[in-house]
Amino acid sequence: MGKVLMKGNEVIAESAVHAGCKYFFGYPITPQSELVAYMARRLPEVGGLFLQAESEIAAINMVYGASSTGARVMTSSSSPGFSLKQEGISYLVGSELPAVICNIVRGGPGLGNIQPAQSDYFQVTKGGGHGDYHIPVLAPASLQEIVELIQDAFDIADRYRNPVIIMGDGMLGQMMEPVEFTERPVSELPEKNWAATGTRGDGGPKIITSLELDADGLEKRNQHLQKKFAEMKEKEVRYETYKTEDADYIIVAFGTVARIAMNAMNKARQDGVKVGLIRPISLWPFPEKPFIETRDKVNMYISVEMSAGQMVEDVRLAVNGHAPVDFFGRNGGVVPTQEEIYHKIMMIAGGIQV
Amino acid sequence: MTMKTVFQKTKGLTDKPTHYCPGCTHGVIHRLVGEVLEEMDILEDTIGVASVGCSVLSYEYFNCDMTQAAHGRAPAVATGVKRVRPDRFVFTYQGDGDLASIGISEIIHAAARGEKITVIFVNNAIYGMTGGQMAPTTLIGQKTATTPFGRNENIQGSPIRVSEMLSTLDGTAYIERVSTHDVPNILKAKKAIRKAFETQKKGLGFSMVEVLSTCPTNWGLDPQESLEWVRENMVPVYPLGVYKNKEGGN
Repeated sequence: MGKVLMKGNEVIAESAVHAGCKYFFGYPITPQSELVAYMARRLPEVGGLFLQAESEIAAINMVYGASSTGARVMTSSSSPGFSLKQEGISYLVGSELPAVICNIVRGGPGLGNIQPAQSDYFQVTKGGGHGDYHIPVLAPASLQEIVELIQDAFDIADRYRNPVIIMGDGMLGQMMEPVEFTERPVSELPEKNWAATGTRGDGGPKIITSLELDADGLEKRNQHLQKKFAEMKEKEVRYETYKTEDADYIIVAFGTVARIAMNAMNKARQDGVKVGLIRPISLWPFPEKPFIETRDKVNMYISVEMSAGQMVEDVRLAVNGHAPVDFFGRNGGVVPTQEEIYHKIMMIAGGIQV
Repeated sequence: MTMKTVFQKTKGLTDKPTHYCPGCTHGVIHRLVGEVLEEMDILEDTIGVASVGCSVLSYEYFNCDMTQAAHGRAPAVATGVKRVRPDRFVFTYQGDGDLASIGISEIIHAAARGEKITVIFVNNAIYGMTGGQMAPTTLIGQKTATTPFGRNENIQGSPIRVSEMLSTLDGTAYIERVSTHDVPNILKAKKAIRKAFETQKKGLGFSMVEVLSTCPTNWGLDPQESLEWVRENMVPVYPLGVYKNKEGGN
C-alpha cells in the first residue's frame, strides 16, 4: 500500500483498525470529532461496531464492558471530555482491563478553547483518576508515527492488561500529511483467558472487579499492579535524541512542539550554538536515560511546551540537579513559534537572564 | 429407602454465604434471578454486571461470569458487553441509588437505544450500603440519615417512578414492577424476571423488572414490619404491574 494523504484524527482511527480494533465508543468533541466520524463509517466495513455514547462517562464505561469480554476497544476525546473519563480509567486499571484512550488536547482549564495545547500532561502522566496507578502515555509527533504508536498502544495494553493513552494536541489531530499503513507482524501476546464471555466449556465463573474490601488483600493487589508498572518502566520507554552528542544546550520537547523546536535548533546551530534535542515519545514512563547520558556535559536543558510548564518537572527529576533546567512555553492554545524558541536559545547561550 | 430430593439450592447461585442483613430481600431476588437463569439453561451463556451499593458483591453470589461496574454505570458496561457479544445474555443488578440517582443518564440511554439487556432494579427507597441516606425513590415524609425531618417535596422533590418513565421510551420492550412483600408477589416477581430474560432471548429490546424490596436495618423496622411497610407505603406510590409489553400476552 502506498502513501495516502490524511488528517491526523483519521490516521489515528485507521491505525486502530489496522491494529485490530473493532469496537469504538465515543462522544463528539472538538478537535477530535473527525476521529469519531471516521470510526462510525469505517468500523462496519471490517465487521466491527461504532456506538455514539450519551456522554464521555458512558463511553469509557462501554469500553470497560467491551474490554471485559476481551475485545480490542478504543475511545477518544479532548481535554474536558477526557476529564470525564477519569473515573472509568481508574476502574480499567483497577480491574486490569486493556483499552486504548486517545486525548487530543485543547486549551484549558475549564471549557478553555479548541486550539492545540499540551496542558493535560500532568493529568495523563500523573494519573487523572483516583488511586495508585500509572498509564503508559505515547505522544506521536507526526502522522506516520501515529501508525506505529497506535499498534504499540494496543499491544502494550494487552500485554500488561492496562489502559494506554495516546496524547496528541489539536494540531496533530487537524494537520494533513502523507502516511503509509505498513503491515506489521502480529505480536505474541498472552491469551485472554480472564475475559468474561460466559462459562460454557471453560469451568468456573470469571469475575472482573476492582473491589477488594480486605486491606491486606487490596495492598497485595496494588503490589501486583506496581510490579507491572515497574516492568513497563523497564521495557516501554520510548524517545529520540537529535544532535545531543556535542550539545551545550538541550531542548526537551514532545509531540508537534518537538518539530517546531527542531527547526529552532537547526537555526541556532547555523549560528554556531550547539543545541541538541531530546524528544520523549513515552511521556510515562518518562525517558531518564538520555538525561543521565548528557546531564554532566551540557550547560542547560530547556523544556519547551504548550503549557505553563508541566513536563519541565519530570525533566528536573531526570536531570536531578546535575545541570540547570529552564522552561519556555506558550499556553491557552497559543503555539510557540520557531522564532520564539530560537530567541530563547540565543538569549540563554548569550548569558542573558530574563 | 432412598430419599427423594424435593428442594435444592439453585445452580444459579454460588455456595458463598451472602453479606445481606437479616430480613433484606436481596437474597430472595438473587435466588429468583439464579433460578430463572438455571431453568432457562442460560447460566453458562450469561454475563452479569454488578453495580455499587449493597449488591456490589453480587458477583460473588451469581454463578456466572460477572463484571463489576462503577457507581451508576452498569447499563453502559452492559452495553459494551452485549454489543461485543450479542450471542450472550447480559443483565445488570442495580439498586435505586445506583440506577435512579447517579446512573439515571446511563439507564435512560440504554433503554432509549433498546439495548437487548435485562435490568434487575431493586427499589427499597433508601441508600443501604452507605447507611440509610435519601434515594431518589425515598417516599415523601420518609425519614432517612439525610432527611432527618422526613423527605419534603418542596426541598428534596418527589420520588422518581423509573418504570413509568422508561416505559415511555420506544426502545423498551418489557417493563414490570413487582414486589417481594409476600409469597404470591415473590412468585409473580419470578415470572416477571423470566419474561424479561425471554424478551432478551427474542431480541425484542430493553427489559427491566423493578422489584420493591426492604431495608430493615436502615428503616429501623424488623423483617416482618418491613414487609408490611412495603405493602402499606411503597406499593401505593409504586403501583405494581406491567408497564410495557411490546410483545403482548403473558
